[in-house]
Amino acid sequence: MEGIKDKVAIIGMGCTKFGENWDQTVEDMIVEAVYEAYQDAGVDRKDIQAGWWGTCWAADTAQVACGPTKLAYIPFTRVENACATGTESLRGACYAVAAGAVDIAIAIGAEKLKDTGYMGLPQFQGYPSWSWRWCSETAPSNYAMMATSYFAKNKISMEEGKKLLAQISIKNHHNGTLSPKAHFQKEVTLEQVLKAPIIAYPLGLLDCCGVSDGAAAAIVCPADMAKKFRPDPIYIKSLQISQGPREGYLSQIFDYAHVEETRRASAAAYREAGIKNPREEISCAEVHDCFTITELTIYEDMQFSPIGKAREDIEAGTYALKGKLPINPDGGLKCFGHPVGASGLRMMYEMYKQLQGKAGPRQIKNPRIGLTHNQGGAPGAATVSVAIVGNELG
Amino acid sequence: MVGIISYGVYIPFYRLNRAEIARAWDSYAMPGEKAIANYDEDSLTMAVEAARECTQGIDIQGIDGVFFASTTAPYKDKQTAATIATVLGIKKDAITVDFGGSTRSGPNALRMAMDAVKGGSAKSILVCAADTRMGYPTGMNEMNFGDGAAAVLVGNEGTAAQIEDTYSIYEELQDFWRSDRDTFVRSAEDRFIVDEGYNRVVPQAVSGALKKFKLTAKDFIKCIVYLPTQRQIAGVVSKLGFNPATQSKDNLFSAVGDAGSAMALMSLVQALEESKPGDRILLSAYGNGCDVFSIKVVQSVQTNGNRKSLAQYLASKKMLSNYNKYLRWRELVTVQPPPRPAIEYRHVGPQAQWKENDKELRLRGTKCLNCGTPQYPPQRVCVTCGAKDKFEYYPFADKIGKLTSFSHDNVMATIDPPATVAIVDFEGGGRIRLDMTDRDPAECKVGMPVKQTFRKLFYVNGIYNYWWKCTPRM
Repeated sequence: MEGIKDKVAIIGMGCTKFGENWDQTVEDMIVEAVYEAYQDAGVDRKDIQAGWWGTCWAADTAQVACGPTKLAYIPFTRVENACATGTESLRGACYAVAAGAVDIAIAIGAEKLKDTGYMGLPQFQGYPSWSWRWCSETAPSNYAMMATSYFAKNKISMEEGKKLLAQISIKNHHNGTLSPKAHFQKEVTLEQVLKAPIIAYPLGLLDCCGVSDGAAAAIVCPADMAKKFRPDPIYIKSLQISQGPREGYLSQIFDYAHVEETRRASAAAYREAGIKNPREEISCAEVHDCFTITELTIYEDMQFSPIGKAREDIEAGTYALKGKLPINPDGGLKCFGHPVGASGLRMMYEMYKQLQGKAGPRQIKNPRIGLTHNQGGAPGAATVSVAIVGNELG
Repeated sequence: MVGIISYGVYIPFYRLNRAEIARAWDSYAMPGEKAIANYDEDSLTMAVEAARECTQGIDIQGIDGVFFASTTAPYKDKQTAATIATVLGIKKDAITVDFGGSTRSGPNALRMAMDAVKGGSAKSILVCAADTRMGYPTGMNEMNFGDGAAAVLVGNEGTAAQIEDTYSIYEELQDFWRSDRDTFVRSAEDRFIVDEGYNRVVPQAVSGALKKFKLTAKDFIKCIVYLPTQRQIAGVVSKLGFNPATQSKDNLFSAVGDAGSAMALMSLVQALEESKPGDRILLSAYGNGCDVFSIKVVQSVQTNGNRKSLAQYLASKKMLSNYNKYLRWRELVTVQPPPRPAIEYRHVGPQAQWKENDKELRLRGTKCLNCGTPQYPPQRVCVTCGAKDKFEYYPFADKIGKLTSFSHDNVMATIDPPATVAIVDFEGGGRIRLDMTDRDPAECKVGMPVKQTFRKLFYVNGIYNYWWKCTPRM
């Protein structure tokens, strides 16, 4: 199994401002992200040979993306892979290029959550074959249960646990103040996080990511063609997805204190990229902090912190912007919200800018390898993508 | 001789102090408290729970019929007994019948079960009775009514009590009624009901019965008279020559309330629990007439020891903090809709429900024949070893579980937030994600033991959707 390391490069990216984009339709946001990507890559609409378009709720067909952009008479595919949809879209485009089927492909992701009128994510459509006989479930309680178990397993009291999670929220909110495209650009204090209303016990409002609108896009081409477009392309080192078989819903083997799919996807990605020691070799990462507890378990599941030891690294500031391994330098889902189809590409946008040295006030010093982790589903039954990119070949 | 093989009751966990109702309406308080079915309970689910108690240690496959009695069945046109039989896993060629029409429907069902066994068409019949009646807010019926269920297994082998004889009369009288257009029970003027109902009909029935039975008041250790108004019972009993203080003591009105169709059978279960072999009990139940039974205790009930007694049900309870909670649970007030998709998106197709009957109504999973892992829902490909189609069915409803994790969800659309969701791991293997009900959020913790209870999930487009939840095992 050869993998796609160094076969594909990203030559242009676009990303809208994330937030409550009341005055924009999903089509407006798609056009904005796509045209920023064209300009960044120095290509034209007519250069694009195939497209992948990821969304969970913005549309049922691919026409919603090729209609407004007039990406005409080329193969176009709508993809969905829960909250990892954005990365799934990029994977489709990269695989087509790696296979040699096309030279220039575009990946688009967008979501318009604010127009639903809901506080959280909309529900997936019910099907006639559903009897609906199952337990209550929302994203917050699905992840809150991981906090309950993590604390119990690691003998952390609820009070200490809440304070520990708050550090992640405070860190990401700080990074968000340096991100002009973030929905939330505001510091939060420990007291604010701890006193926020409970959404799903033990998680409070400021343990949860925002609900936002947004779109992002990436243009990819074969690695050996990339320098024709720009001097600083970003190379795909690995692109892996791990889809859980709902084992954690059925089997006691799952401890509800980690995400098995993250362990599997990251191990596969490290293998494809040739990374032996992730903590030392990864320069920075954008991970799926839909809830603070998710980011905490990611530290361990991705081998950044030893299992059960995330607390020590959180308290040491390892993952702060100026720490050893900055996580979510742009503020993460915490500050960008989670327009589902767009998130994976928004994460990649940040890694792309960081690796090009164009991240402005939040620029990390001399990054070489960046990572994105994009997660859908719930602990016990998740879909996790891990992408690794670098600014050099080899 | 035909008789009662086993019995059980179900009393909902929540109680409302009648003084709270009086406080809400600035009115007079009757003494005691009433049992309140949780928002996820109804007469069907309570009947299932009573039936599960009654059939502890009983061979389900030997039961020939299920009778359900209630004035508050979930459907006007669809059988409840068939649902109960499916949940319990009763054999397919059993007779299922719904009884209704008055609060005498419980004793009516007992009488008909007895006749079926006597007539030889069935060896044993499970009689379940439950009611969740509502009186008009501010009215006396609201104070008076309570929710509850009882079940008795009638048969002619291994009986704990013999039904020696019965006697019934009918009476056309508009005393309590609820038309097909009503939500709340209406009633006639008190004095009319007392004079022409209780004081005339019951003595007529009981004296007729004693004459037929060739017995007198002193032959009975206990005289149960079900009347919708407790304070009239002593007078009626005295008139019949029984001693109200020694033969007719009853605390169910003050602890549960008038549980309608289930009330007479609940009182009977209480009397049986307190009885010893040789005791004789007179059971009479009023309601558009009167049914009278003479019941003689012959031995204690054979049970596997897990059956929760009526006394234990009375002791396990939580008081509702206020009357508004009752209004909310019964959807008698319109509350702020949650900022979430309306419940209507959860429409259930009859086709989808039907194909899941065994798996979902019975909480039946599979156990892998290759590696032995129990799993729910049923899996064709084993989650542990990957063996395909090598399984046997495996029941989860009575397995002992414990909480591996939980959360109290404030954003889930539910009648009574927060929704407590739980990961339940079972002794012997297997895991199910279940909602937790009848719980105090502050007392939930990892490792806590739980049991499964049959509940109503929601009502959409005219369909009640039932499944299982977990509840603390006390």
